[in-house]
Amino acid sequence: MSEQIPFINYLVLGDEPHLVASECTACGARFFDRRNACAGCSGTDFKSVDIPTQGEVRAFTIVAFAAPGIEVPFVSAIVDCGGTSVRTNIVNVEPSPDHVKLGMPVKLTTFPIGKDDEGVEAINFGFEPAA
Amino acid sequence: MGSEDVYILGTRTTKFGKHKEHDTLDLATEATLAALADGGVTMKDMNIIAAGNLMGGAMAIAQAIQKACGQTGIPAYNVSNACATGATALRVAGMSIKAGESDFGLAVGVEKLAGAGLLAGGSRKQDGKSWERTGRYGAVAGVDGRIGTDIMPGVFAQIGMEYGHKYGGANFELFAEISRKNHSHSTLNPLAAYSKEMTLEEIMGDVMIAYPNTRPMCSANCDGAAAAVLVSGTKLKTLSQEQQRRAIKVSASILTSDPYEEACQVLPNVNTLTRVAAKQAYEQAGVGPEDLDLVELHDCFATAELVHYDNLMLCEEGGAVDFFKSGASWRTGSTPVNVSGGLQSKGHPIAATGIANVWEVCHHLRGEAGPRQIEGARVGLAHVIGLASACGVHILESNSA
Ligand SMILES: [Zn+2]
Repeated sequence: MSEQIPFINYLVLGDEPHLVASECTACGARFFDRRNACAGCSGTDFKSVDIPTQGEVRAFTIVAFAAPGIEVPFVSAIVDCGGTSVRTNIVNVEPSPDHVKLGMPVKLTTFPIGKDDEGVEAINFGFEPAA
Repeated sequence: MGSEDVYILGTRTTKFGKHKEHDTLDLATEATLAALADGGVTMKDMNIIAAGNLMGGAMAIAQAIQKACGQTGIPAYNVSNACATGATALRVAGMSIKAGESDFGLAVGVEKLAGAGLLAGGSRKQDGKSWERTGRYGAVAGVDGRIGTDIMPGVFAQIGMEYGHKYGGANFELFAEISRKNHSHSTLNPLAAYSKEMTLEEIMGDVMIAYPNTRPMCSANCDGAAAAVLVSGTKLKTLSQEQQRRAIKVSASILTSDPYEEACQVLPNVNTLTRVAAKQAYEQAGVGPEDLDLVELHDCFATAELVHYDNLMLCEEGGAVDFFKSGASWRTGSTPVNVSGGLQSKGHPIAATGIANVWEVCHHLRGEAGPRQIEGARVGLAHVIGLASACGVHILESNSA
């Protein structure tokens, strides 16, 4: 099997793929990017926390028109994972308002997006309808 | 706070649309000279200039405007605050007057955007030959379209849908109805980029950009400039009766940025900073939303207009859908919103927008808006928001008895 790497730093692969956030130890604010300090309280101490892999769609759009190289249509959404908001695509669903609903329960899934010249495969995440 | 009252003495926008024969400076100069003439003053009277232009490259626009129509050696501030750039320029000039440093100030916003397409914010670079982590999220390749969307029509679609999820009642048809209102209003505005009545079917059946925003529900990229001349209350008293009568009082001038809240770095929160700005503005002006005779708010997308009814407290919290359905925001309603046609039809030359909406309100408060005049308008509010984020709110009041 070829080497696999997560598409983005805050995705953890393995038997149970999940997202991780940096949580401010002073105020609990969570961030997915590399931090200098906390936007909530300016604290500089963070710990890594696992984000629940189940959530519900809090907002979505179906993008039908995008920059060259981006496949359309696709569903972009904000998913509420136990109080932490996650930006994601909704995958494994027909990209139509008949099939994507506000409040819809979804769960994290992963999939390969391609290999580079060295044969390393990048794995991205999305959320798909749960049940 | 400041000891000086601030008034708008003169203001003007150019026609919005495609100006093939005119460059950025042509447009900026046209608006500037017209605003000065409207106020009965000249470049020589100005004590400060603040100007913004986002798409023109590295040009220092404030100095460029002076070189084009009057180099007087005054302090020049080049401002940049996304879609709130014009409002920021206005506020910089106003602060200088409030602080007693200037009697007169000039604010200008200008943009050449026609043909820029709908994809502001969206881009994805070609994938590399080997995965390499870049940026603060450490992505190995372009994220737009792979982890959500970066395009503005999509971001603001989600903002509208989020409101719908929270309070219910907002669907494709409702957002399209909001767009129908603004396109209908635009038919009375000769300076609008588009001034065509559109049916609900035409709006919903047009090209889908990012559900539920179709093309006519998105702000129109266009060329345009707007300028305003500000004067202190003390100086105004020394000017002619006519200048005093037509002067518009800036009862509140507020600028906010977005305070930290959960999710605000995942999906921009355009609500809290607008609500905070509105609250401060009502307090500073000593008026309430019920006193407003007209509102120009930042309808960069139909989905955005809905949330700002609520954020500007034009309705009860959570009541934006009912507010719109009551007809309140049509020009015949209790709180006419975007009688200019709004950004969806009037157009959105980014840096000009935050002054153009002030011009629109002033036009009505002076009773000079012709066929689209809101009769007897005395108090109006102009709102803009730029992502990243900045929100400008100005409350304006008629100065004539
Ligand atoms: Zn913190």
